[in-house]
Amino acid sequence: MSRVAREKPGPLEYHRRWPLQLIVGATFFFLYFPLIILMVFSFNDSRRNIVWQGFTFDYYEKVFKNAELIEAFGNSLTIAFFCTIISVILGALTAVMLWRFRFPGKTAVEGAMALPIVVPEICMGVAMLVFFAKIMPWPSGMPWPLNLGAIIIAHVSFAFPFVATVVRARLASFNRELEEAAKDLGASEWRTFWDVLVPHMQPGLIAGALLAFTLSLDDFVITFFTAGPDTITFPVKVYSMLRFSVTPEVNAASTILIVVTVALTAIGLHLQNQSENKKLKP
Amino acid sequence: MTDLATAPAAKPTPHVKENAIIRFENITKRYGKVVAVDNVNLEIREGEFFALLGPSGCGKTTLLRMLAGFETPTEGRVFIDGKDVAELPPNKRPVNMVFQSYAVFPHMKVADNVAYGLKMDGVDGGEIKRRVEEALELVKLGGYGDRMPDQLSGGQRQRVALARALVKRPRVLLLDEPLSALDAKLRDQMRSELTSLQEKVGITFIMVTHDQDEALAIATRCAVMNRGLLAQVATPADLYEFPNSRFVADFVGSVNMFEGVLDKDEQDHAIVRTQELSAPVYLDHGVTGAKGSTVWVALRPEKIEMHKRPEGSSPMKMEDAPAGTNVVAGVIRDIVYLGSETIFEIELESGRRVRTFRSNLTRYDQEDFTWDEPVWLAWHACSPAVLLS
Ligand SMILES: Nc1ncnc2c1ncn2[C@@H]1O[C@H](COP(=O)(O)OP(=O)(O)OP(=O)(O)O)[C@@H](O)[C@H]1O
Ligand SMILES: [Mg+2]
Repeated sequence: MSRVAREKPGPLEYHRRWPLQLIVGATFFFLYFPLIILMVFSFNDSRRNIVWQGFTFDYYEKVFKNAELIEAFGNSLTIAFFCTIISVILGALTAVMLWRFRFPGKTAVEGAMALPIVVPEICMGVAMLVFFAKIMPWPSGMPWPLNLGAIIIAHVSFAFPFVATVVRARLASFNRELEEAAKDLGASEWRTFWDVLVPHMQPGLIAGALLAFTLSLDDFVITFFTAGPDTITFPVKVYSMLRFSVTPEVNAASTILIVVTVALTAIGLHLQNQSENKKLKP
Repeated sequence: MTDLATAPAAKPTPHVKENAIIRFENITKRYGKVVAVDNVNLEIREGEFFALLGPSGCGKTTLLRMLAGFETPTEGRVFIDGKDVAELPPNKRPVNMVFQSYAVFPHMKVADNVAYGLKMDGVDGGEIKRRVEEALELVKLGGYGDRMPDQLSGGQRQRVALARALVKRPRVLLLDEPLSALDAKLRDQMRSELTSLQEKVGITFIMVTHDQDEALAIATRCAVMNRGLLAQVATPADLYEFPNSRFVADFVGSVNMFEGVLDKDEQDHAIVRTQELSAPVYLDHGVTGAKGSTVWVALRPEKIEMHKRPEGSSPMKMEDAPAGTNVVAGVIRDIVYLGSETIFEIELESGRRVRTFRSNLTRYDQEDFTWDEPVWLAWHACSPAVLLS
């Protein structure tokens, strides 16, 4: 042991005191152990799913042969894709507007924007259900991807405020002189926006896009209320499979979802790091 | 010998032309109730290195930003090169600006930063490349084109900002406190580089600063501003030696100010009586003021000579003083050693304290002035400036 490690822990070094180490350990245990169990038992060669019987890929095969599940997965990815694009554009524009301009009712707009973040999801879900059932029914039998329109709209409505919040925070650190410098050098308002403001917002846009994508991909409550019989998403499908029994097939499907989300997040973060590293190294 | 009452010779400025490249006509800028710039009339000649000098909040930046087009005057007109620019947005004006934060685009390479303005003007690729290299060479950043801004020091980033503005060959270059973010050594170096750069490119420079040393060192002409008003426009030497008001005398350099009454005002001499000095102040030139009016005598510390005064010698009368000099008695109360010079604070008989400098000509002070030592203070009758406001 090094000399430093043997010194008495400082007042803020809670990670070196046993009660807090215990809490931290417990947190990690309850956070990750169920996930690990879920993944491990997706390879278990038993329908009953409680005792380890041997290794198998059978359930993954089953998942890939389950046409309904695959369709639901495709729906989820499609919805998440459109939701991300629309949310990032809407969120960024909202953020720039709120940061840049003063207008009557600005506080009200800011408050209204935060609502989808604080309103309980179940209420949003019910509201969407009532809206799309009674007030503006989404026409059924539309071609792909228009059939997913209702869900996409619902997802955008709760995802874009997150994007706006992240981008707005990023904008707070913008140096207004950069904008003036661009104009001084001959750039129009639009050129200034693209050449100076958007590059500054970029990390916020990437973070916002990741948030929107993952929020949309794994949303259950709101989707459950807005989805029709022919527009099942992956989480809703998994839930419906659970109603019969917890099979390793569900485990396998969930594992795939976890892997996809983690991989996409990692790619996003990697891209962001790269663009930041490029700034540091030639 | 030149007449002592005229200003010392100004810097030779062969590149300054006669025509006014900038003209402010009755410019006023209000922000609500705040009057940031108050009825300013000012002409700046082509090729000048002009400094806008003044304390914080006096409206220097506002005046500069009205030139660049980022603020519109509430009243009055601005002319650049004889053209009224009221309708021109910043991106259409023949001026470029170096911002206080430098505002170098952080996500672009140095070369792209410098090229940006040319790209906006639609200059073709080969020409851009050539001019960017030329501009980087000019600010001594040749070979730095591929760096990102955060790999540069503060001084280098400032040079990028300079190159980026100069590469567009503007008619006028505007600089807002260009040296305030640099440390003292670098600031001195950049001062002289800015001057030689300006002489080399021959473009009119207008610099905002609140540092009077900087303005005096660099500018061919300065405008001193006070609460939105132009207090005085003059060459650095005139500003220092012939201030037109207490504000300018006090803001530019250090000064001893005595309030008094104009007692006598003839063609060739004047006398000011003041409570703060034991003797009236004798001046060897006339003052254009009404007899009996309140005036202020401003005396720069370096223009005061200090001599030993043997204990017990009676205060000298004005009549006994050597011709053309003023002499008062005092006691040294404070000594501040600054290396190159020493500041003495002397208490006069009236209780008033006066400052004077002495250059440390030798390593050991031969005269060895010390605390509580009685001294004579003397100055030439032509040294003080008499101020009417
Ligand atoms: N956008 C604005 N809105 C309201 N008041 C302003 C604005 N810009 C400047 N002012 C006011 O106008 C006055 C002059 O400001 P200005 O920035 O020109 O001062 P300055 O001489 O550049 O000072 P400093 O040396 O501190 O930069 C100040 O009183 C300031 O508070
Ligand atoms: Mg300023």
